[in-house]
Amino acid sequence: MTDAPRKLTWRIGEVVETSPDTPRTKRLFLDVPGWEGHRAGQHVDVRLTAEDSYQAQRSYSIASAPEDGRVELLIERLEDGEVSPYLTDEIRTGDGLELRGPIGGWFAWDAREGGPLFLVAGGSGIAPLMAMIRHRQATGSGTPVRLLFSSRSYEDVIFREELERLAAEDETLQITHTLTRSTPPGWKGYDRRIDEEMLGEIAFSPDERPLVFVCGPTPLVEAVATALVGLGYEPTRVKTERFGPTGG
Amino acid sequence: MDEQKLDGNAAAGVLAEIFTFEITTARSTCVNCGATGEVGAQMAYVSEIGTVVRCAVCDNPLIRIVRQDAGPQRYWLDLKGIEYLQLQERL
Repeated sequence: MTDAPRKLTWRIGEVVETSPDTPRTKRLFLDVPGWEGHRAGQHVDVRLTAEDSYQAQRSYSIASAPEDGRVELLIERLEDGEVSPYLTDEIRTGDGLELRGPIGGWFAWDAREGGPLFLVAGGSGIAPLMAMIRHRQATGSGTPVRLLFSSRSYEDVIFREELERLAAEDETLQITHTLTRSTPPGWKGYDRRIDEEMLGEIAFSPDERPLVFVCGPTPLVEAVATALVGLGYEPTRVKTERFGPTGG
Repeated sequence: MDEQKLDGNAAAGVLAEIFTFEITTARSTCVNCGATGEVGAQMAYVSEIGTVVRCAVCDNPLIRIVRQDAGPQRYWLDLKGIEYLQLQERL
């Protein structure tokens, strides 16, 4: 695939399916006419226009693999958001959604780039990393992957069942959860925010020169990036994607 | 005015309105400190009035974009914080 120069234009995708995921997130599946494909990790801009022509625009990572014909977006409902409540509560199958993309070639991974791959997600920051995990699965890539995933509680673990299934059938995909607010009875995993000690225990060693992708809320991303560089990882192989403080 | 500190990748959309090449993987050299790296690895400050991409090493503004939406789209693009920008086609 080559990136032929093209102008980024707005177009209408059709919602072909919606599906609840966790209590606070929803999955939207879109059919975008003329979609030229994307790379795992890229995002789209979504634009809503009110009747008085006021417009609000947000970026959402693409969660689906490039091999999937549909574009899947993961929407986290933010109570005071201008965009997300519409996307989680109002939009229906058959509705159109104005979007443009795919956007951003930097926070992206192709299976042919190899690895090993160390992925760190906070909450809905799993979306672009899920695209990478699904892309790896779809291409039969044997690249070893470790995912460290921070969620508030067990119920808040996004894509939980699919991640469990993928990890169960593939020993080169290792998934570690940490639950920061509440844990189910008998939980033996991590129950704190990601820190240097945890990263040291989970990540590939710096000698293995992993490609690292970190996505989540700004405080998590900054803490993880700083800790990784402190542990000796090459800064140029650590790519980050911060959510803003407002988002929504 | 809310301003969000994000990764350079967050400026990819508005940059793609102007450039046909992928800018987040283009390499820039900062005129202030000489640091060279991909635009996506710099910091982006995004607000309603515009976007500023700053050097991740010294915080010097590399790219400033202001867009006027009313009427025909109009852009003001300030690149004087960049010594040079190396653009590359992706194979």
